[in-house]
Amino acid sequence: MKKRAEHFRTMEYIIFTAVTLAVLAGCICIGSVSIPLKDTVTVIRNAVTGTPQPEALAVSIILSVRLPRVLCVALSGAALALSGAAMQGLLKNPLADGSTLGVSSGASLGAVIAIAFGIRFPALPFAGTMIMAIVFAFLSLLMILGLSYKLDYSLSTNTIILIGVIYSMFVSSIMNVIIAFAGDKVKDITFWTLGSLQNSNYQNVLILTGAFAVCGSILFFRARELNAFAVGEDNARHVGVDVRRTKLIVLITVSVLIGVCVSIGGTISFVGLVTPHMVRMLVGPNHRRLLPASAFGGAVFLLLADLAARILLSPIELPIGVVTSLVGALVFIFIFYQTRKR
Amino acid sequence: MLEVKDLTVVYGTHTVIDDLSFRIEEGQWLMVVGPNGAGKSTVLNAVTQGAPYTGSILLNGTDIKRQKPSARARQIGVLAQNHHVSYDFTVEEIVRLGRYAYASGLFSGSGDGDEGAVEYAMELTGMTPKRNQSVLTLSGGELQRTFLAQVLAQNPRLLLLDEPTNHLDLVYQKQIFALIGQWLKTPGRAVLSVVHDLSLARAFGTDALLMHKGKAVAQGKTGAVLSPETLDPVYGMDVYEWMRTMLSQWSLEE
Repeated sequence: MKKRAEHFRTMEYIIFTAVTLAVLAGCICIGSVSIPLKDTVTVIRNAVTGTPQPEALAVSIILSVRLPRVLCVALSGAALALSGAAMQGLLKNPLADGSTLGVSSGASLGAVIAIAFGIRFPALPFAGTMIMAIVFAFLSLLMILGLSYKLDYSLSTNTIILIGVIYSMFVSSIMNVIIAFAGDKVKDITFWTLGSLQNSNYQNVLILTGAFAVCGSILFFRARELNAFAVGEDNARHVGVDVRRTKLIVLITVSVLIGVCVSIGGTISFVGLVTPHMVRMLVGPNHRRLLPASAFGGAVFLLLADLAARILLSPIELPIGVVTSLVGALVFIFIFYQTRKR
Repeated sequence: MLEVKDLTVVYGTHTVIDDLSFRIEEGQWLMVVGPNGAGKSTVLNAVTQGAPYTGSILLNGTDIKRQKPSARARQIGVLAQNHHVSYDFTVEEIVRLGRYAYASGLFSGSGDGDEGAVEYAMELTGMTPKRNQSVLTLSGGELQRTFLAQVLAQNPRLLLLDEPTNHLDLVYQKQIFALIGQWLKTPGRAVLSVVHDLSLARAFGTDALLMHKGKAVAQGKTGAVLSPETLDPVYGMDVYEWMRTMLSQWSLEE
């Protein structure tokens, strides 16, 4: 067997970046109106350098519709895959993910409560739903993990997933109760729950970029701790990892990532489950390599899912979550089958 | 080296360890023995801060509760009973984790002496040829040797063993214990191991601590503690006779 490098090599970064950019460009070009790659590149280059744009329809399609959407999709995919990879390492559980653990549902509940009760933060007008989503994501994680530890210290795959599923059902019923009593806010809530990355704008891109940059580096610098956790929490303690501190940092970071993604694009299931699993087969379980590779992989996966959602039943556009869930459910069963066989 | 004073561990209403005191000096191999449920493994968990306790555990005079986890790991290494690895890490990646406590800063992959310690540990345990193999493909004995290499790479002064050979074949049990015996020969080191098998304790230990229902029943030199007078009441049977017949399997010459 050939030796795997400890770090991600520069060459690998270049390859992953190139593939991601190629997919990104493809997703901008393809759609209800197809735009040649050359035009796309010209328009983006002009926009970046400030050169005046030629008179054409393509300019507004690219710059105000497709580019922000594609960037949001890529960033959401990267963020979700990264948080999935981190959780799978921390909990030593290949099925852990925001959607299987119920964290995404928790985040949605937070967002719905924020809308229904009009929770706003004066300094940050758009941040009400986002902050509530993050807080609820974190509280959900604490609750689910706390309960799992109580029932089964080893955090076995089945216990934690079962609790996650039950928690998701519980949360969605609470959400329905809130909606029933929301009165005139029903429209806003419905609008949010139906919301997707379809109508993304540059503000969303900016927020996602910030969250991804900060949380991504925090997680990346915890790669060694995550490796130790992936072998086992006891083993991590034995080799000298500050177990409590690491857990707290990773859980908060993951909550922020998921909270931001959910508040912008709604619940997109299984990205964080499928991507790290596939990437692990490619680069191995070492988080120094797995985390960056998952981020790239998540971006590509969600971009392709978004593309499929747009063109498969064109002119009807599927919600992106439908595509990821279709793929994700199959992969989930595959992983579950494999872990049971072992 | 290690001094445990008035250690008490309570889980809910159940007192697992009741006011236990003992000490280990350099060069000693202390065998903690006793029937199931005596609290043997809990002693180890308390020392590694994996179980809440009252009382004090001092390592060379400093309270280990106040030590940073990484500082503690440079002094104390643990070899656990079982390992269930979920992901296909290579042998070398597992062994390298033993150097975690020595890395300074966020970026450092390997500091000075890391390579040497990792290579030496894999060489000593005979895992060098399998260094790039996935741990998911190893036999039970090889997996245990991999984790032994990890803890040796950690270069601790005190090694804690929690029935590390319980599920292994006799050949592997002997291999592991012989390796640890060799490791202990370097001055300034000590071993504390929890064992189930009294004959094993007798064959390798210098000292022994006999526990029963969370209390120390007897402690001292192995020969004195593992005698019929102390063992039979605790186990409620004639264990000594049984142990004598079992001892032959550990004959170290050959």
